[in-house]
Amino acid sequence: MITGRTALRVGQRLLGLVVVFLGVTFVIYLMVFSLPGDPIRALGGDRPLTETVIANLRAEYHLDEPVGEQYLRFLGGLLHGDLGTSFTGRSVTEQLRERWPVTIVLALTAWVFEIVLGVGLGILAALRRGTVIDKGVLAATIVLSAIPVFVLGSVAQLVFGVRLGWFPVAGSREGWPISFILPGLVIAVFGLASVSRLTRGSMLEGLGADYVRTARSLGVPPRRVVGVHVLRNSLIPTVTYLGTDLGYLLGGTVIVEGIFNLPGVGNLLVTSIRAHEGPTVVGISTALIVIFLLTSLLVDLAHGLLDPRIRRG
Amino acid sequence: MAELTEVVVPDLATDPEDVRRPFRGLVRRPGFVVPAVLVLVLMIIALLPGPVAGLFGHGDPTVCDLGSSGDPPRAGHPFGFDIQGCDLYANVVYGTRSSLAVGVLTTVLALALALVIGLVAGLIGGWADFLLSRLTDIFLGFPFLLGAIVVLNSVGQRSVLTVSMTLALFGWPTMARLVRGSVRSVRGADYVLAAHTMGLGWWRVVTRYILPGAVAPVLVVATITVGGVIVAESSLTYLGIGLQAPAISWGLQLSDASDQFQNAPHLLWFPSLFLAVTVLSIISLGDTLRAALDPKQRS
Repeated sequence: MITGRTALRVGQRLLGLVVVFLGVTFVIYLMVFSLPGDPIRALGGDRPLTETVIANLRAEYHLDEPVGEQYLRFLGGLLHGDLGTSFTGRSVTEQLRERWPVTIVLALTAWVFEIVLGVGLGILAALRRGTVIDKGVLAATIVLSAIPVFVLGSVAQLVFGVRLGWFPVAGSREGWPISFILPGLVIAVFGLASVSRLTRGSMLEGLGADYVRTARSLGVPPRRVVGVHVLRNSLIPTVTYLGTDLGYLLGGTVIVEGIFNLPGVGNLLVTSIRAHEGPTVVGISTALIVIFLLTSLLVDLAHGLLDPRIRRG
Repeated sequence: MAELTEVVVPDLATDPEDVRRPFRGLVRRPGFVVPAVLVLVLMIIALLPGPVAGLFGHGDPTVCDLGSSGDPPRAGHPFGFDIQGCDLYANVVYGTRSSLAVGVLTTVLALALALVIGLVAGLIGGWADFLLSRLTDIFLGFPFLLGAIVVLNSVGQRSVLTVSMTLALFGWPTMARLVRGSVRSVRGADYVLAAHTMGLGWWRVVTRYILPGAVAPVLVVATITVGGVIVAESSLTYLGIGLQAPAISWGLQLSDASDQFQNAPHLLWFPSLFLAVTVLSIISLGDTLRAALDPKQRS
């Protein structure tokens, strides 16, 4: 299966990923350490630290070395899965390990909602093209996608959690699925507009295709025409989009976990920001960015396998 | 020579009729008019918050009475009071300014950066193009919000200017790619060659013959960017790394409201409403412009 050309494509893509990865991490490092403001002095709060303490802390966090050297140390650590140490002395990797499951479950829950609702609404809009339903789906998804995630989250929490009491207001005590439904929906809503539009567009293209007309004229039942002939070919663009979107969903969990107080990576990021835990913020963001890059790489490769035109082109 | 000038100069890209053609008839579409009017109103509010805030007689957002802390709407105070007992309507009106300022300033900065980088990459080509394109890739590799979190986390004084600069740092790559693409596609066109042959200076060739064709699609993306940036700013402020306390912004109001909305839900409703309407009108405006530019959708 794997031809020389495929291998070359994968190789090129991997090389590109390495360049982007090095660039991204270096930019993060450069920006964080060349900006004004002193994390060590900030550590002391309002009380000034003595020069000796400052010098010791600097040496401990390697802040006295040149930026280039620090970056190499950071990169070396990263390759060993070490994302640094927080100012309170805990390993960032260690803290992340406890929290990944929650975030991954939340992102996947949101993803399933996005797929089911987005594709469903797209198909509905395409089959009822030009009707009130079609326009309603378009309008509703656009309006929902224009509302910032944290507003939508707070409103959903107020209405469905506090007022109606259908879902827990916050926390993960009641476990999956009940604690994850509301936050998952809030994250998913943002992508609904794109998914349903994409599905609708390619469905319409499929519905007008010659082979569909042929199937119809041969007396194939409408349900089968849509289900087997149209959907199968029409969903490729949507599948690609949904793949890339998984990376963005991980980003969306940051704010939503904070609102619903789910003990995931995003929540840790939010609390670290509020506690001015610089190293933890950089560590978590780096981890999330790396995952984002890897996801898009995987999607790219998978896409090549799905669509032979891309593989050969 | 005079004859030749007359034949060559009125080229397609700079002819006003041709540039405007996609947008003709736009004025009659409700999908354009409604958001355009809303954006206009919001801009007026942002430029002149005083008179608008004073409509109900309590226009100063800093006049507060702790006795009314969190009170619901009543006569003269259509949106009620925030936790400090300040008039919420006046605060929401003044908040329009920061949100729009960050949105517009970020987009202008990002657009300027994108034009320069896209032009240099597209015009010079070769190694400059290679380097700039990889740089674009690197910045495209950042998820917008996470990149901004990393930078703003270490910025001490976070004002409209510093927040805008940070967001612009991550906002330019898409537009730069667009500019580069358009520049490359017209770089070798006959009318550009003709302009060069006529001995026009390169600056004139770029600004009069190359850029006009590239600007329309970029402006559409820029419009949508304004909406996205406003969302990003309010989200960052909500997280605690956007604008800071003396500033009046929807993000700050919503951040305060998030602890209080069980007792005082109006603190959540009104800033949310303004934020959502603003973003929605800007994004649908951009969307209509994009549809107008897309020859597939224009019939």
